[in-house]
Amino acid sequence: MASSTRVTFPNKFLPYLLLAPQLAITAIFFYWPASQAIYQSVLREDPFGLSTQFVGLDNFRRVLGDPNYLNSLQVTVIFSVATALIAMALALLLAVMADKVIRGKGIYRTLLIWPYAVAPAIAGMLWLFLFNPSMGTLAHLVRSAGYNWDPLLNGDQAMVLIVSAAAWKQISYNFLFFVAGLQSIPKSLIEAAAIDGAGETKRFWTIVFPLLAPTTFFLLVVNTVYAFFDTFGIIHAVTGGGPGKATETLVYKVYNDGFVNLILGDSAAQSVILMIIVIGLTAIQFRYVERKVHYG
Amino acid sequence: MIQNNPVGRLIAHVILIIGILIVAFPIYYTFVASTQTLQEILRPPLSLLPGGHFWENYSAALFGGVGRIGGVGVDRLLFNTLVMALGIAIGKICISILSAYAIVFFRFPGRMVFFWLIFITLMLPVEVRILPTYKIMVDLGLIDTYTGLILPLMASATATLLFRQFFMTIPGELVEAARVDGAGPWRFFKDILLPLSKTNIAALFVILFIYGWTQYLWPLLMTNRNDMSTIVIGLRKMISFADADTEWHLVMVTCILAILPPILVVVLMQRWFVRGLVETEK
Amino acid sequence: MANVELTNVRKVYGSSVEAVKGINIAIEDGALCVLVGPSGCGKSTLLRMIAGLESITDGTVKIDDKVVNELGPAERDIAMVFQNYALYPHMKVYDNMAYGLRNRGMPKDQIDKRVKDAAQILELTQLLERRPKELSGGQRQRVAMGRAIVRSPKVFLFDEPLSNLDAKLRGQMRVEIKNLQRQLGVTSVYVTHDQLEAMTLADILVVMNAGSVEQIGAPLDIYEKPASTFVASFIGAPPMNLVPVKADHSGLVLKDGTRIGAEGLSIPATGALIGFRPEDLEVSAGTDTHIGGLALDLKVLGVEPVGAESYVYGIIGGERVVVRVPGRSTSNSDDQLRVIVPKQKLHLFGADGKRI
Repeated sequence: MASSTRVTFPNKFLPYLLLAPQLAITAIFFYWPASQAIYQSVLREDPFGLSTQFVGLDNFRRVLGDPNYLNSLQVTVIFSVATALIAMALALLLAVMADKVIRGKGIYRTLLIWPYAVAPAIAGMLWLFLFNPSMGTLAHLVRSAGYNWDPLLNGDQAMVLIVSAAAWKQISYNFLFFVAGLQSIPKSLIEAAAIDGAGETKRFWTIVFPLLAPTTFFLLVVNTVYAFFDTFGIIHAVTGGGPGKATETLVYKVYNDGFVNLILGDSAAQSVILMIIVIGLTAIQFRYVERKVHYG
Repeated sequence: MIQNNPVGRLIAHVILIIGILIVAFPIYYTFVASTQTLQEILRPPLSLLPGGHFWENYSAALFGGVGRIGGVGVDRLLFNTLVMALGIAIGKICISILSAYAIVFFRFPGRMVFFWLIFITLMLPVEVRILPTYKIMVDLGLIDTYTGLILPLMASATATLLFRQFFMTIPGELVEAARVDGAGPWRFFKDILLPLSKTNIAALFVILFIYGWTQYLWPLLMTNRNDMSTIVIGLRKMISFADADTEWHLVMVTCILAILPPILVVVLMQRWFVRGLVETEK
Repeated sequence: MANVELTNVRKVYGSSVEAVKGINIAIEDGALCVLVGPSGCGKSTLLRMIAGLESITDGTVKIDDKVVNELGPAERDIAMVFQNYALYPHMKVYDNMAYGLRNRGMPKDQIDKRVKDAAQILELTQLLERRPKELSGGQRQRVAMGRAIVRSPKVFLFDEPLSNLDAKLRGQMRVEIKNLQRQLGVTSVYVTHDQLEAMTLADILVVMNAGSVEQIGAPLDIYEKPASTFVASFIGAPPMNLVPVKADHSGLVLKDGTRIGAEGLSIPATGALIGFRPEDLEVSAGTDTHIGGLALDLKVLGVEPVGAESYVYGIIGGERVVVRVPGRSTSNSDDQLRVIVPKQKLHLFGADGKRI
C-alpha cells in the first residue's frame, strides 16, 4: 500500500519558490562568507593589504604553534568545563527538588526561568555590578572579610567571575530540560525500586540518574556549545579577554585578531579551526539524536 | 506515588528558595541600584531596599539621552532592539515555515540537496565566519541598517527542522482529504497547515524573540552609529570602570529596561516557551 | 450520478513494481462496488487512482463516460471517506463539512442548507459546533460521511472506513452505510479487507489478489461459485475446506493415502483440490455410504461451542478441516466421524487453483 510514502502535492515550480528566500539568505550570508574564510585561511596578506599570496597551511601551522593560541585553547576548555559542570549540577539539584515538592511547583518554575531571557552580555554586567572592586556590594563584603578580591587585575578571579555569570545564565535552560527528563521517568520504576528496598538517595543514583543520562549528555553538548560561542558577550563586556590573556577564549581571539589586530590570515585560520570544532560537536549531538530515535 | 517525608520536602523547599535567591539576586540588586542616586551607588555596600529615585532615573534614561552613547535616549535603543527581535522572529518563522513546507509536501529534483544545504548552516554560526560576513555587509552597504541587523540572522536550520518535524506528523490522509475538497497547495497551507502550526509558531516566536533580543556579536559588528545600536550594545558602551563619569544610576536603569521585555515574554508565554524549548532541541 | 468504468488500469511504482495489473471493472450507476482482498493486493491503490490521488500508469478511468485520468481529485466530482477519517482537527464539525463547498465557491446560504440537511440525515445536528477531538469514534465516522454527502458527488469512495471502530459499532455503521447509499443512490466504490463487510455491503464484489482481479460478481454468486482456491478461502468464515486429491488407476487417493469413493468426479492427472464449506458437511450417524455424496472420515481434534453452533476441528486425509454443526456437538477429541458432502455442494479446483 502507498500509505508509507509521504503524500505530496504535484507541483514542479512552487517548491523552488518556497525555498528561495531561505536559500538566498543561506547562500549570501552563510556559504559565501564561510568559503571566504576557508579561502583566506590559506592566504597571507602584506601589512598594507596591497598583495596577497598563497601560503598553504602556513597560517594554520603558525596559529597552532602560537603560545597565545594554545593559551586561549586552554582558557576555553577550562571555562567551558567549569561553566557546563556548575550550570548542570545546580540545575539538576534544583530540578530534583522541584520534582519532590507538591505545592508551589509552578511558582518555583516561573521564578527559576528568568535568566534564560537575559542576554549573556547583560548577565556578565549584572555580576560585574556585584563584584567589581570599586563599587560592587558583594566585592565590598569579600574585601572587608580580608580577601584581596580584584577580578580586573587577577586572572583567576576574572575567570571565576565570568564562569559564575555564564553558569548563572544557563541554569534555567538546564533546569527545564532536567524537569522534563525527570517527568519522563516512569513512576512505576521508582516504586519498584522502593519495593526492592532502595532508599531515596540510592534510588536517585541507581535509577533516576542513569535514566537521565540521555538528557544529561544532550545538555553537556549544548552547554559546551554555549560556553564556546554564546558567551562572547560576557567576555567582551566583562573582561575584554583580560587581565593579560587570562580570559581570552577562542571565539574572542578570532574577533580580536580579525577586528582589532587586523591579522586576516590568522583570524581566518582560527575561524576554520572553530568550524571544525562546531562540526565535531554537532556530529556528536546528532549521534545522540539518532540513538534517541532508535530507542524512543 | 511514594510518600516522601515532610522533612525531605521541607529541605527541598529550602534548597529551591536558595536557588531562586541566587537566580534572582543579581537582577534584584540591579533594580535596587537603578532607584538610587549615583553617589549612593558609588558608596558600597548598597542598601537592600529600593531607593526613592525611581521616576527620576527612569525618565532621565528613557527620554533624557545618555551622554556616553552620543546623547541617544534609551527609548531609541529599546525601539531598535524591538525591531531587530521582532524582525528576526517573524522573518525566521516565515522563511522556515515556507521551506519546511516545500521539503515535506512536495517532491522535486534536488529536494534532499536543499535540505542538507539548510541543515549544514547549523554548523556555521556567525562566530566562525565573522570577518568575511562583515565584509559582505560592508559591500552591500548594510552597516547601520535594520536590514543588516535582521536579514542575515533570518536563515535558521533549527526553525526549519522544527517545522519539518511537525509537518511530518501530519497524516497523509489529511492532505488527500484537502485535495478531494478542492484545496490546492496554497489553500492547504493557509486553511489547514497554518492553523495546525499555531502552537509551534507561538513557541518558536518566544524563543526567537529572546534570541534576537539578546544578540551581541552581530549588532556589535553591524552598528557604528549610536542611534542604530541595540540596547545590549548601548549598555556596553555606557560602562567604563576607568572613567569617573560613568552614570551608573542610568546604567542600572538601562540594564533593567534591557532585561524586562524578554523576561516578560518568557514569563507571560511560559507555557508555549517551555514546550517549544524542550521540543525544538529534540 | 454516474457509472464508473476502469479499462486495463495499471499502476507501476518506480520501474518495475507492478502494484495493479491491468484491471477492468464496470460499475453501473447507483451500484455499490466493494473491492476486497488481503493487504497489499492493490485495492487501496486502485481506489486512490479512481480518486485522482495516485497517477494512472496505464489504461483509463471513466466517470460518467468521461475519461478522468488527467483530472485532479477536486475536478472529478468524487467524495472520499478515509480510514482515519482525516477530519481537519482545528475546524468545527460544521466547517469540516462546509470546507469543500466553500472551496468551490458555493453561496453561503446554500452551504448552510446542505450541511444542515446532511447533519439531519446523520444525526449530527447537535454536534455541529464541536471539534473532532470532542467526538467519539462513531461520531467522527459520521462526520466523515457527512463531509462526503454534502458535496452530492457523482461517486463516493470509501477507504476501509470502518476499520477503526469496535466490532459492535462496525456492524451498526455497516447497515447505516448500506441504507444511506441506497437512499442517495450514489455510485460507490468501497475498499475493505473484511470479507463479512464485503459480502453484506456489495452489489458487485471484486475480489483482488496480488494486483489482479480474482473474481467479479454478486456476493452470493461468488460465495457459491468461487472461481479459485484464493477466493474460496478468502470469502466465508471459517473459510472453505480444501483437501488435495489424486486419481490413480483404482480411484481417488488423499494426501495420507486414504482412498475414497470416486462418486463420478473426474480428477485431472495433475491432481486437484476438493472444496467444501464447513456448513455443507453432514455428520453421518452410521458408517453406510450416503448416496449422492462424498463420504469422508474425519478425526476430531477439538470442538469449539460458540452457542448457536459448534465448530468441530479435525483432519481428513492428512488435511486440517473445520465443520460447522448447529447447536452443540456431541463429539469429543479423537472421535472418528464419517462426514458426507452432498454432491451439489462439492467444489473442485485444479492444481493451478482455478475452478473446474
